[in-house]
Amino acid sequence: MESQAAYPPAYPPSAPGPGLRLWRASRRAARAARHDPRTAVGVTLLFLYILIALAGPAFSPYDTTTPNIKVRMQGPSAAHPFGTDRIGRDVATRIIAGSRVSLQVATGAVIVALLLGAPLGALSSYVGGTFDALVQRVMEGIMAFPSLVLALALVALAGPSVPMLWFAIAFSSIPRYARIVRSGVLTHKEREYVEAARAMGQRPMGVLTKQILPNIMAPIAVQITLDFARAIGVEAALSYLGLGLSVPYISWGLMVREAQDFLEVAPWLAVFPGIALAGVILAFTLVGDSLRDRMDPRTRLPLNRRGQ
Amino acid sequence: MLIRYVAMRLVQLVPMVLVVTMVVFFVMRIIPGDPVLVMLGAVEGAAISQDVYDAMRLRLGLDRPLIVQYLDWLWDMVRGDLGDSITYRVPALDVILLRLVPTAYLMVGGVVMAVAIAVPGGVLAAIHNNTKWDHFATGFVILGITVPTFWLALVAILVFAVYLGWLPAIGYAPPQKDVVEFLRHLILPMTVVALNVAATVLRFQRQDFLEQMNLDYVRTARAKGLGERVVLWKHVLRNSLMTTVTVVGLQMAYLSGLVTVVENVFNYPGIGFLLLNSIHTRDFVVVQGVVLFMVFLAIAVNLVVDILYAVLDPRIRYR
Repeated sequence: MESQAAYPPAYPPSAPGPGLRLWRASRRAARAARHDPRTAVGVTLLFLYILIALAGPAFSPYDTTTPNIKVRMQGPSAAHPFGTDRIGRDVATRIIAGSRVSLQVATGAVIVALLLGAPLGALSSYVGGTFDALVQRVMEGIMAFPSLVLALALVALAGPSVPMLWFAIAFSSIPRYARIVRSGVLTHKEREYVEAARAMGQRPMGVLTKQILPNIMAPIAVQITLDFARAIGVEAALSYLGLGLSVPYISWGLMVREAQDFLEVAPWLAVFPGIALAGVILAFTLVGDSLRDRMDPRTRLPLNRRGQ
Repeated sequence: MLIRYVAMRLVQLVPMVLVVTMVVFFVMRIIPGDPVLVMLGAVEGAAISQDVYDAMRLRLGLDRPLIVQYLDWLWDMVRGDLGDSITYRVPALDVILLRLVPTAYLMVGGVVMAVAIAVPGGVLAAIHNNTKWDHFATGFVILGITVPTFWLALVAILVFAVYLGWLPAIGYAPPQKDVVEFLRHLILPMTVVALNVAATVLRFQRQDFLEQMNLDYVRTARAKGLGERVVLWKHVLRNSLMTTVTVVGLQMAYLSGLVTVVENVFNYPGIGFLLLNSIHTRDFVVVQGVVLFMVFLAIAVNLVVDILYAVLDPRIRYR
């Protein structure tokens, strides 16, 4: 970027048209992808997933529910790239429909965890004292639970519905957000810029949202991304175990569950939803790790570019 | 000093244990509908006589204040009384303990196998940083983290049981009857558990090893003429094993969830299988017992890890 002035501009400096801007953006993206292929794979997969979840069902040539006995249990073919299930429904179409359910459940779960955890962390660090200690203990207690088992028990007791899944999957993530926000607020609240804002008469709420929050967005963003991966995995595992969403909904986990009775005769029924699931979790994991890298090169884990 | 440290850690556990038990207690009470009917295992619309209903209500002590109920319930837990299983009509603890043995084989076997894969793997990846070994290890980590366990388990069944026919697809055989059959049944579920755990352990093992390799004591060891092999595999590994122990300890809570999934794919009769069965038969006494059991297992293992840490590293005791 800083070298731009040193070289003659490659394009006329006059206002670039939309085509040119797009071209430049894609050049930049291509360079970034060569530089950091893993992030590129993650981002591409992520866009693909969101695109399919939002727009895919509108373009699917088949219906997700109408049986077609004539083509039942067919392996992958040109007409049905991922084969057909036991009553002749197109597996690819159902996977596309399933992407919407998984995105819907995961998004809700992440939002619930964020909305409950972040204010709790902010409050506990601001109030401090006994309240803070109490909240900390409660958060530690929740963290001691195996997140899948906790979600499983909650859904089993309260019955599966989309909002219940949001809460059940979110529950064990609440402490993570509370922790990030709490430690962020604690480190930032004594800094000069916060003191300056306070001296200028900004209210505590304003200091929190306008001063501190923008500074702790990076770790929150990382947590959100990795939480998506976890939420999608838990949702699928719950449906697979028969405790998540059931029949009118199409969930990848449920598709695998239904497929396991036909493992010998129709393995594609179990294989393709699993690949879709792994791909999506991979996307969020790669993007999350890449975000974490950018924010703190010190925590480079084997999932990222090396070259210290 | 060590005893004081252990005592301190135990005292610190009290609030956590209180919170955990409260969460379980209150979660069990958010059951929609009448807990009396749920505890009776009644299906919807079933006619329950008033006598039976009142007896169960009294037995559950639902007429008393909530806090009294909680303390009473907690006291029962402390004495090891989890209540009677609704389906089996015997103490829930007995039902759980019976299923604990297969789970213990699976967990211990899985963790041992995971460590056996992850420690040498992580060390090799760190030593041969940025080579094809390292890339291979990274690929393994990515797959281990992203591939859903239940699906990996199904693919394993598909390949090794259905296509190759080498191993039984599902079930369990007790080792006292036939050791070979026991191992044949254990190997697939154990490997699935191990691969999943190994991915996380390897990730941290590699990272820690890389960091340790740049520390002063390594330079000193090299400077005094020790061979590279001794430096890396003895000095560095010994120090980075602390991380391994911690990571394995932190995986314990996660491990319970993992084992629950794996046991249910393989119809492996452990506590995870019991948990799902009890949910389906609406035996909430056992559900509650298994959940508590899994949480306390994780807490206990982490306590042991902390103590182990203090034994291995005297500095921690004096903090």
